[in-house]
Amino acid sequence: MFEAIKHNMETIDGVAVYPVVSLSIFFLFFVGLGLWVATYKKDKIQELSKIPLED
Amino acid sequence: MEIQQFYYDNKIVKKFLYATIVFGVVGMLVGLLLAFMFMFPNLTQVISWLSFGRLRPLHTNAVIFAFVGNAMFAGIYYSMQRLLKTRLYSDVLSNIHFWGWQLIIVAAAVSLPMGITSSKEYAELEWPIDIAIALIWVVFGINMIGTILRRRERHMYVAIWFYLATFVTVAVLHIFNSLALPVSLFKSYSVYAGVQDALVQWWYGHNAVAFFLTTPFLGLMYYFVPKAADRPVYSYRLSIIHFWSLIFIYIWAGPHHLLYSSLPEWAQNLGVVFSVMLIAPSWGGMINGLLTLRGVWDKVRTEPVLKFFVVAITGYGMATFEGPMLSLKNLNAIAHFTDWIVAHVHVGALAWNGFLSFGMIYWLLPRMTKGPLFSQKLANFHFWIGTLGIIIYALPMYVAGFTQASMWKQFNPDGTLTYGNFIETITKIMPMYWMRAIGGTLYLIGVLVLVYNVVRTVRANRAVEDELAEAPALAPLSPRRLKGEKFHPWLERRPVQLTILATIAILIGGVIQIVPTIMVKSNIPTISSVKPYTPLELEGRDLYIREGCVNSQMVRPFRSEVERYGPQSKSGEFVYDRPFLWGSKRTGPDLHRVGGKYNNNWHFNHMWDPQSTSSGSIMPSYEWLFENKKHDRSGIQAKMRTLKQLGVPYTEKDILESPKTLNAQAEEIEKSLTADPDYVKSYEKSRKAAEARGEKFVPMKDREITAMIAYIQRLGTDIKVKETAKN
Repeated sequence: MFEAIKHNMETIDGVAVYPVVSLSIFFLFFVGLGLWVATYKKDKIQELSKIPLED
Repeated sequence: MEIQQFYYDNKIVKKFLYATIVFGVVGMLVGLLLAFMFMFPNLTQVISWLSFGRLRPLHTNAVIFAFVGNAMFAGIYYSMQRLLKTRLYSDVLSNIHFWGWQLIIVAAAVSLPMGITSSKEYAELEWPIDIAIALIWVVFGINMIGTILRRRERHMYVAIWFYLATFVTVAVLHIFNSLALPVSLFKSYSVYAGVQDALVQWWYGHNAVAFFLTTPFLGLMYYFVPKAADRPVYSYRLSIIHFWSLIFIYIWAGPHHLLYSSLPEWAQNLGVVFSVMLIAPSWGGMINGLLTLRGVWDKVRTEPVLKFFVVAITGYGMATFEGPMLSLKNLNAIAHFTDWIVAHVHVGALAWNGFLSFGMIYWLLPRMTKGPLFSQKLANFHFWIGTLGIIIYALPMYVAGFTQASMWKQFNPDGTLTYGNFIETITKIMPMYWMRAIGGTLYLIGVLVLVYNVVRTVRANRAVEDELAEAPALAPLSPRRLKGEKFHPWLERRPVQLTILATIAILIGGVIQIVPTIMVKSNIPTISSVKPYTPLELEGRDLYIREGCVNSQMVRPFRSEVERYGPQSKSGEFVYDRPFLWGSKRTGPDLHRVGGKYNNNWHFNHMWDPQSTSSGSIMPSYEWLFENKKHDRSGIQAKMRTLKQLGVPYTEKDILESPKTLNAQAEEIEKSLTADPDYVKSYEKSRKAAEARGEKFVPMKDREITAMIAYIQRLGTDIKVKETAKN
């Protein structure tokens, strides 16, 4: 896949960094998201999920 | 803590709800009319503004922006007030939003049948209406964010996040895709050309589905399903992952609409990879919705609202499984340009958006009118006939798609196409088109039953009034993180920061996808023989756009297509196409290499009476192009100037002499037509008839059909290798 990218975009300087940066952003995003969700306290989660039922 | 009293605004919800129902009926009626036009192509003959090509965008716009749009606003305004324990920020803004949106819909309903269109799918409206949409959308955004800032509930429930992402992303998409340079009040040219235009359009088109039809409805799902089931969502953790991964990944996937097209390979691959990944968040959301009903499945048996929700969420699951599959290149090669895609979008629209809206209406109405629903039985009937309608609509379209694709690709042992005549692939699937129309009729009957049920309920119950509520005021907290407060609870009480983060999440994919294509010239290989359109061809192209032609202009790199249509399309051939006209479905054969394939007389007869040149054709007659009326070509210089500003290499001389060159080319076409003795005979007859009526006779060269022929004959000829037919 990267070969195809390079071929089409070889006029950009340092294009090889493009897919690497993209992949890193992508990876870090999901690591961050996983950490965020995993560290929630259980009672907080319960409190939040009850919001729609309290009116 | 001081307890405050306030009123929820139910009246604005009621207005949006009624608009949903009215425009739902209108949009679906137009759809049904279109479905019948496949069997009776000349059903609305001679009435130009009721022709298939002009009504099709009206149908899609009415269903997406009027039906689903109004349903979404009704649901958002109802749920947001309750989730945030406050009245909407401003009654004035709510009403400007409501009336502005309805005015836009009316403007669309008038301008699209008139042929005022940019031709970009789901973004057909011309620039003045585009600006109005942007303004009203901002009003909606201010009203929503204002409401969030005045809330009495510290934490924003996940539904609110979906609403915020909807607002931000639709704004970004709409503005970037609609960028165009106006020629006049009703005509503009896209700032993007050819491949770039296609990429931006499908980045928009795909994400309009994501952020107009999906994210707001997921927000509604996270509110109304727990409400109707009377239990919290299955997993709130999952809903957080659902939200962030969905908005993050969705935006990368647009290019899957352009597989095997002239789009650069890397962009196509990027689209495929991200489309496949989309299964994860989509199914996470579906499972979360369905599992919310755990333990209350007995209720689903008796409660029509829950039945509607179950089918809606299942439809969402089916469509979001199918979507990634369709983006795989091998499946896309079969499905693209066929009725399979029509089935796919209708599972989404009829089941997911339609049924979620109906469930919401049946749930809201008794609560807002403080009385029971007029008839549970009728609601159940609606559910069953609607479900049956979806099945009878979708299944035949899948069969039609497969049949058509396999017929297109079928070769004889000697290497010729088995079904060389495109019409054969249409007549074969006519029974499927019949069944589709029946399915659509059933679905619409269901909606009419809903209308009756709603009218009776509203009549029997009390008038909708604002609802008194009370909640403690929110104690001010430091905008900074409290001692011991983690990042995420802080973020969830800071709406602005959350919105900014969501914006960044959607922009990453957009930037990575769009920027290289826009910046890098080499993405569009230049072909020296490709020249800008002549003035007459340009006028013809604008007519083609006006009529909303549903043929594609993209020969994909398959043996079957090269054999049928000619050499595959190259990206460099479209550099002067503003907008691009690759199309998304082949209701007729591809037109990219049609230039020079037939002579002018053939096109003349074909446009007048398609069935005379192609027996069994489902193309309608375009008689109005032949009317004894002068084609207004006075704007040609302004058009060429605008295009020149956008970078089309017209010289000042080209522009100054354009009326002359235009006339010369038209004269040549008129002259070539006289080769047919029948033409000469009928032409003389019509001249005499006009004189007898005392009308001024307009020579053929000055009528619209001449420009149309000029454009069609130009198509794909810049690099055509095969010999062209003699005119």
